[in-house]
Amino acid sequence: MSVEHAPEGLSGRTPGQQHATAYDEATRARLDADAAQVIARYPQERSALLPLLHLVQSVDGYVSPRGIAFCAATLGLTTAEVSAVATFYTQYKRHPNGDYTVGVCINTLCAVMGGDAIWEELSEHLGCDHDETTEDGSITLERIECNAACDYAPVMMVNWEFFDNQTPQSAREVVDRLRAGEAVAPTRGADRVVTFTEMSRVLAGFPDGRADEGVAAGGPTLEGLRVAKGHGWTAPAFPGDEGASARPAASGDVPPRVGDEQSSAQRPVTTSGDVSPEGQQTKQASDDAKES
Amino acid sequence: MATTLTPVLSAGWDAPRAWTLQAYEAAGGYRGLRRALGMQQADVVTMVKDSGLRGRGGAGFPTGMKWGFLPPDDGKPRYLVVNADESEPGTCKDIPLMMASPQHLIEGVAITSYAINCHHAFIYVRGEVVHVYRRLLKAVEEAYAKGYLGTNILGSGYDLEVTVHAGAGAYICGEETALLDSLEGLRGQPRLKPPFPAVAGLYARPTVVNNVESVASVPGIVVGGADWFKQMGTERSAGHGLFSLSGHVTRPGQYEAPLGITLRELLEMAGGVREGHQLKFWTPGGSSTPIFTAEHLDVPLDYESVGAAGSMLGTRALQIFDETVSVVRAVTRWIEFYKHESCGKCTPCREGTYWLAQVLRRLERGQGTSEDIDLLLDLCDNILGRAFCALGDGATSPVTSAIQYFRDEFEAGTHTPADVLFPPERSSLFSYTPRHGAALAGAH
Repeated sequence: MSVEHAPEGLSGRTPGQQHATAYDEATRARLDADAAQVIARYPQERSALLPLLHLVQSVDGYVSPRGIAFCAATLGLTTAEVSAVATFYTQYKRHPNGDYTVGVCINTLCAVMGGDAIWEELSEHLGCDHDETTEDGSITLERIECNAACDYAPVMMVNWEFFDNQTPQSAREVVDRLRAGEAVAPTRGADRVVTFTEMSRVLAGFPDGRADEGVAAGGPTLEGLRVAKGHGWTAPAFPGDEGASARPAASGDVPPRVGDEQSSAQRPVTTSGDVSPEGQQTKQASDDAKES
Repeated sequence: MATTLTPVLSAGWDAPRAWTLQAYEAAGGYRGLRRALGMQQADVVTMVKDSGLRGRGGAGFPTGMKWGFLPPDDGKPRYLVVNADESEPGTCKDIPLMMASPQHLIEGVAITSYAINCHHAFIYVRGEVVHVYRRLLKAVEEAYAKGYLGTNILGSGYDLEVTVHAGAGAYICGEETALLDSLEGLRGQPRLKPPFPAVAGLYARPTVVNNVESVASVPGIVVGGADWFKQMGTERSAGHGLFSLSGHVTRPGQYEAPLGITLRELLEMAGGVREGHQLKFWTPGGSSTPIFTAEHLDVPLDYESVGAAGSMLGTRALQIFDETVSVVRAVTRWIEFYKHESCGKCTPCREGTYWLAQVLRRLERGQGTSEDIDLLLDLCDNILGRAFCALGDGATSPVTSAIQYFRDEFEAGTHTPADVLFPPERSSLFSYTPRHGAALAGAH
């Protein structure tokens, strides 16, 4: 990971590890600019602490001592206050993380469906126990709790992207490919799994442009809809939409653009008088009359 | 007549690029917001009250009533905070909803915020779902660009800012006051109530905290009206809800149905319990709801009926376990979870879950003592009702209900390991040879 070891100012809080105690000027300037954006999202600046800790991880690959000092200085907190928060949440790592966090769900349902076997396989294969990192620094293995994908059990997460319906073999293949430096695609998520630091930057609220990648839903997500369509089952139609299904017809419901053929408005709404409560109530009443 | 499915929130999930604003609008999206902005704010609240919508995050509190608890507007900020921290074991509905159709939520946020006169709303999504967070950020961006968020929304003069906030891994942040503390940049620990968030929530200002599915259900209610919503479900448990089937079921997944549907009906749609096996036990609403057995197949899955049968509807997270599964193993693993996630604020939960796990682990190893069942029940008795928040109470549910229905398996834990009675490889979806009883490792 990219911990910059300044010639001076090293500390050794974790046995066998040295931590840089400050950022170089360029990094610090970049962090300050990012932090200002994060803080601007909230009415009170302390709310920025969780995203700022993700931001620190995007630079250092863990919540480093200098990262804690940075958050404290930025938000006017003590380092103890920042540490107290950082150590509460499991996604904040207290020592340098691998490039990929591989998490095997071992909560009851996934465990029963095979998660325990996947865990055994990966733990042995990688030589890691919970929250340990391979010697090459590529993978940190974790036992994780329910990640809200139980209908895809057994589930594995890599840098918090979904790897659904895993087997010991498929999981082993994924970690081998990651260690070989190959691009690996989750089953539901971006086109490839990004690194831990890249992911951390997204979690700090800085989009990486990958939102449109991947599927909308996997098979189990759509299972009920598939059954419903197969039987012709729908929710009751909205009043006024009778004849159509509850899901309104695709084309007819797109509001016409102002000034277009089907639009009754001659100009866009510009003043509050255009939508005064009185005017709107009248309009609503007449809309309701049409629909009932 | 048999109950049929009623896709509303899930209706557009199979559309091409369903997550985009374009797809959502093409399916009629944002009609609700247009209509709401033309109504008096109080009328929107009344409409949601009349619909009978109850919180879809587990507790089932009437959503409109929650909005109505806000004190009269004093001109200072009031907030909507969406609880998107879905983490209850077995619960897997909000995450796929936000992945496939985030605009449903954003429209609901806009309408709800308008109804309660809030000008800054927050969506607190758990940090462990990076792609869902990407989709939400994008959805908000698209909604701003189209004038559904921001200043002077659709020319109405109403302004709303929305911030999507990623958590960092803590089940307890699904508890609404812990979520607020977390959103304020603190450790996510629950607050003493009262004051309730409606009076003193985010930044000590009046705040509504609603679950994703609750908020996403609002646009439909505004378009269709309260009576439309009440056509689905039962008298006191109105409307549609996502039922999440997982585990030993042929076709697990999301089934959107009227409240009051039964597991028997849902299982029939899902192809039944996995072939060659029988239902042994299940959770109606996540691991914090007392387990049910095959005798509860016909309990209508609505708040009242499930309550009357001794459990809770919770999040409609139907985790299905067949006869190959050791209930002792299942419960032990859940308790390991609660122990891990207990925030440590109150003694009954912090210490109680720790000791529950100790006792359960030795029962799972077949090394329990004859007093252990009583000890478990005594521990539960000292947690339930004495914990600071619902996490502790929830932790007792699997223990007491499992002992109620499967006492003999706990008794067997005094002499025979669970993995001897129930070899884990018979439960898994693939065949394998267990190495060294990893079920007993207890890494946390």
